[in-house]
Amino acid sequence: MAYQFSSDSETRFQKLIPQFPNKRSLILPCLFLLQRDQGFVDHDGMQYIADRIGNPVSLAHVHGVATFYTMYNKKPVGKFHIQICANISCYLAGSDSITEKVCEKLNLEKGQTSKDKLFTVDEVQCLGACGFGPVAQINDRYYENLTPEKIDQVLEELGRKG
Amino acid sequence: MIRKLLTTHIDHPESHTLKHYLSVGGYESSKKALNILTPEQIINDVKTSGLRGRGGAGFPTGNKWSFIPKTDKPKYLICNADEGEPGTFKDRLLIEKLPHMLIEGMVIAAKAIDCHQGYIYIRGEFMKGLDIVEVAVNEAYAAGLLGKNIQGSGYDFELAIYSGAGAYICGEESALINSLEGRRGHPRLKPPFPAVSGLYSCPTVVNNVETFCNVPHIIQMTGEEYKKIGTEKSPGTRLFAVSGHVKKPGIYEVEMGTPMKELIYDICGGIKNDKNLKAVIPGGSSSPILTSEEAMIATMDYESIASLKSMLGSGAVIIMSEEADLVETTYRLAEFYSHESCGQCTPCREGTHWVKDILHKIKVGEGTEKDVELIYSLSRNMEGGTTICPLADACVMAVRPTMQKFKEEFAKRLQPVEKPTEPKKEVANVG
Repeated sequence: MAYQFSSDSETRFQKLIPQFPNKRSLILPCLFLLQRDQGFVDHDGMQYIADRIGNPVSLAHVHGVATFYTMYNKKPVGKFHIQICANISCYLAGSDSITEKVCEKLNLEKGQTSKDKLFTVDEVQCLGACGFGPVAQINDRYYENLTPEKIDQVLEELGRKG
Repeated sequence: MIRKLLTTHIDHPESHTLKHYLSVGGYESSKKALNILTPEQIINDVKTSGLRGRGGAGFPTGNKWSFIPKTDKPKYLICNADEGEPGTFKDRLLIEKLPHMLIEGMVIAAKAIDCHQGYIYIRGEFMKGLDIVEVAVNEAYAAGLLGKNIQGSGYDFELAIYSGAGAYICGEESALINSLEGRRGHPRLKPPFPAVSGLYSCPTVVNNVETFCNVPHIIQMTGEEYKKIGTEKSPGTRLFAVSGHVKKPGIYEVEMGTPMKELIYDICGGIKNDKNLKAVIPGGSSSPILTSEEAMIATMDYESIASLKSMLGSGAVIIMSEEADLVETTYRLAEFYSHESCGQCTPCREGTHWVKDILHKIKVGEGTEKDVELIYSLSRNMEGGTTICPLADACVMAVRPTMQKFKEEFAKRLQPVEKPTEPKKEVANVG
């Protein structure tokens, strides 16, 4: 069956509609709803968004938008998406040792997902938490002032939850 | 004495709640602006205060508001909370700790430009901040501080939240507007400027979080009084986000004009591991680097930093000790700009990528003097209006001054240029 919003996403969608005089503005929030529901945005979901918003929004336009922004996962990611900031302030605070530790512990390379679909590891450009580096974002949460020992503990905790 | 305006009550655990904000006099300024002041009076007060935008460009806020034409078209107000410049993390503090100050600032700005619909465009990764702002907006609506007939003034202002989706370029105001319109975050050609044709082709004002947070204080104390803080041309306080090799990185509110030396050594506790200072990036990654000598004479205001051919920018101060590898840090910044180029303009799309690749070659010890010259040559084609927005210029400013001021550090990593071998002389076969 083709994609459709979960009931929670449908409620949120209905609340969004009156906030914008032009319904094209609904595309970005709808892509987030799609991602909340299934973890990533795919062709069927984008088609659904184009259909729900309707003319003049086409599938091609939704696809063009989704592929521009980095926060939309275009393929499935692990249950825990570990994104380690590698830019200047985090680098100065030692982020390379965090990336190394995560990759070593999970036996993954940057950009890979574990076979059990529990973890995906990525390096990102800047998380905007520069004074508290090294920083990693795991799903919705920021982990700050990391050390290899701290991230080790975090991974073990997540592994137990998974 | 360090005078604080925005962060006076920030350490209170409930600073983000309406209850606490009201207990410290919150929403009194918006009440005054909505019930007593005319739009002209508000704009004049902000102009008198000398408030300059805290997002990076430092444009006078009152002037920006006064550019909004008096038309029947709807006007829009947008808060740019898409903080993403490496080194910059001050707005996150305001979003998470003082959301009502931001909302109040927006309400006052709305009255000033006759706007009835506003948006807070917040960086997608700031999910905690997004939740906090959402709660604060709901609280404000429930208390009659947003929506219809705010505080019995007869003025209506609706405020919605919009989440960015991971694109640094959306911090550029016209790219942000495109994003809010459900498009790729491509910057627009200017003119027309957003004040004339912005969101949905209507007059629009886009201001940074910290800018809005200053507004209630200006209205409360008057522009004349506000102007007495800081320096003559850079009035007010400023939030400086300090990161890198200092003992106490963090966000500090100080008066404009505070010596950089005081910020680094007194406020932030000095250099980590008691090392020597090597360099400072004074206003976010796109502001040209300062040597330690320059940093010691700089004061934290627009004019002083500009006199050193850099920018106060977003107020992000990145400190590097003698242990920092500037070839590596420069490469990381080039990688950032290459990743974040929206791809519209060739000098940016190709240039940032090329510069990053050459810097990578240099950092792994495979670069030559010719590569350095190539970066200088490329950078001349990336700056000075060859692109729609200043992202390519930002890349150049993050790279070239470091290569020039720390030439020896780069030279150490270069391979000698191979001399062309002389062609072998042909020997006549006489046998």
